[in-house]
Amino acid sequence: MAVELKQTFDMVQILNEEGEINPDQEVPELSDEELKDFYRWMLRIRIFDQRAVKLNRQGRLGFYAPMAGQEACQIGSIAALRRDDWLFPSYRDMGASMYHGLPLHQVFLYSRGQIGGGTIPEGVSMFPPQIIIAAQVLHAAGAGWGFQLREEDKVAMAMFGDGATSQGDFHEGLNFAAVMNARSIFFCQNNQYAISVPLSKQMKSKTIAQKAVAYDIHGVRVDGNDILAVYREVKEAAERARRGEGPTLIEAVTYRQGTHTMAGDDPSRYRKKQEEEEWRKRDPLKRFRKFLESKGLWSDQEEEQTEQEMLEEINEGIKKVEAMPKGAVVDVFEDVYTEMTPDLKEQKEEFLRWKGETK
Amino acid sequence: MAVMTMIKAIQDGMRVEMERDDSVLVLGEDVGVNGGVFRATEGLYQQFGEKRVFDTPLAESGIIGTSVALAALGFRPVAEIQFQGFVYETMDQICSQAARLRFRSGGRFNVPLVIRSPFGGGVRTPEMHSDSLEALFLHTPGLKVVIPSTPYDAKGLLISAIRDPDPVLYFEPMRLYRSVKQEVPEEAYTVPIGKARIVKEGKDVTLVAFGAMVPMAEKAAQQAEEERGISAEIIDLRTINPLDMDTLLGSVEKTGRVVIIHEAVKTGGVGAELMARINEKAILHLEAPVVRVTGYDTPYPISSLEDDWLPSVERIRAAIDQVLDF
Repeated sequence: MAVELKQTFDMVQILNEEGEINPDQEVPELSDEELKDFYRWMLRIRIFDQRAVKLNRQGRLGFYAPMAGQEACQIGSIAALRRDDWLFPSYRDMGASMYHGLPLHQVFLYSRGQIGGGTIPEGVSMFPPQIIIAAQVLHAAGAGWGFQLREEDKVAMAMFGDGATSQGDFHEGLNFAAVMNARSIFFCQNNQYAISVPLSKQMKSKTIAQKAVAYDIHGVRVDGNDILAVYREVKEAAERARRGEGPTLIEAVTYRQGTHTMAGDDPSRYRKKQEEEEWRKRDPLKRFRKFLESKGLWSDQEEEQTEQEMLEEINEGIKKVEAMPKGAVVDVFEDVYTEMTPDLKEQKEEFLRWKGETK
Repeated sequence: MAVMTMIKAIQDGMRVEMERDDSVLVLGEDVGVNGGVFRATEGLYQQFGEKRVFDTPLAESGIIGTSVALAALGFRPVAEIQFQGFVYETMDQICSQAARLRFRSGGRFNVPLVIRSPFGGGVRTPEMHSDSLEALFLHTPGLKVVIPSTPYDAKGLLISAIRDPDPVLYFEPMRLYRSVKQEVPEEAYTVPIGKARIVKEGKDVTLVAFGAMVPMAEKAAQQAEEERGISAEIIDLRTINPLDMDTLLGSVEKTGRVVIIHEAVKTGGVGAELMARINEKAILHLEAPVVRVTGYDTPYPISSLEDDWLPSVERIRAAIDQVLDF
């Protein structure tokens, strides 16, 4: 399906920073319960993020990439998909992953480098979090191509950041998906920084969304702190893809409020406090809560209750993984191939012998 | 039985598997309408159509990256990298993605992906088309690496590769594509991955080779046998990863003298790994140091120099003398 070549990609916003619906916009068709669930989930992963940062500082968690500020992207995007759609997340997309079915304690296992951290449970339709920037763009293109081939009523969504748009795999992925008419969504969270490098040094393009034009696919620029807009655009992209009308690139404009990861990143080296404060005014939770409150759908009591429930879940989760085995080197030989090779069998035996002798 | 070249046997291997299993796809640059630059996929597009055989965009990482997900979600892609020298373009998707997905996901996902690629010298290609890069993938856990030297093995190994639940790199010696003909069954059959072939038995020296070096080893062995009245054992590795050490060590224990031949550069090659393992497992059986006949540690040279750069029958012959006369 041919796409009109546009010169500009205006940012789609339904809910403004004050928590009001913009005059020319409508709230997507969602029940009150669904709207509340959006907020509940955003709050859940905000609490998760705050606790994960603390647990990391206490040495109880390891690798962790904070996602505070990006909750509308995390929840709005995945909430627009079905449980049998496939997610190809990056390491920062633990919010979306948990919404899609990844158990909370598994995020902790992954963070702590414990055995089973990458084991995606049967029935959860996602790949393990991707570390190599933009590699998952090709996986979403391939999966979406497969759905198109089999005329399966499913979509594949890759989640990645603004830095990923400089990688070859991003461009190859968009091109493959376009040519193969893949049932794919490329959801870019433009959080303004790739570690320390601002978007202005990443690209000369005015927007990320406009890159869709080069591949003749749908391109959308959306306010990534407005969960209603994110949800609507992903929903429309998914419906197009399911109908076999091709892939969509979505640029969700947002901001990483925290550090890149918890491994010593100091944002004060590359961005100003004032900028951080300005973005905090656009916080995705704040405006959506205001909106819900204006409709009488949310109360302090519900806020507190959700917080308490989440804190309990987190406490249970961390206790659970701390009581679980770290894993043993003997286990790693098993998963390399479907059947262990003679070399691996020999090395496993060698390892066991060595452990036995040095005990 | 039909008499086939290696290229025909490869084509036939894909055809019988595509007939047997709808999930087998063929994709790559020029593999569709054109049947591949070497005609390895000739007729497949016409027989199986545009939903099974794909001319992809010209992007190696794209070919393998999309194949990883296709494979993990139920297809059996047979992806072609047009020349092995182009494989660097997709190293991440092969070595970090395809090779590790099973491991990273705790066994949730398998990647039954075959990556076919022509390789090796002696056919006067432009630069960067003739490298032998198999050792890179011997060094990568999670991959299997297969290299046939005969039409029969080519078809049987390819069918095994397609049926294998894990990623298999299937490297095709360009020089042997049309130079050897052999009787090949028309039906599907398998040659096991991980099993070397004893080309001929002998008792005085073991020659270890694979791909296009196998016929050269045979010639050198024949000369040495005629000139010196010795008998040489020749092993065609057929699989580079995992290595068939049982067959190799059995031969080393018998002959005590070993010459390893490969086209790839000398340092860090398959030969180095074999020597290390012989050292670990059979050093007391050796009557002479193991000798390697290989390419030199330079980038693959311009085509007018390649005959002198590549291992030759003469160099192998000299190496046989070296281990016999030690």
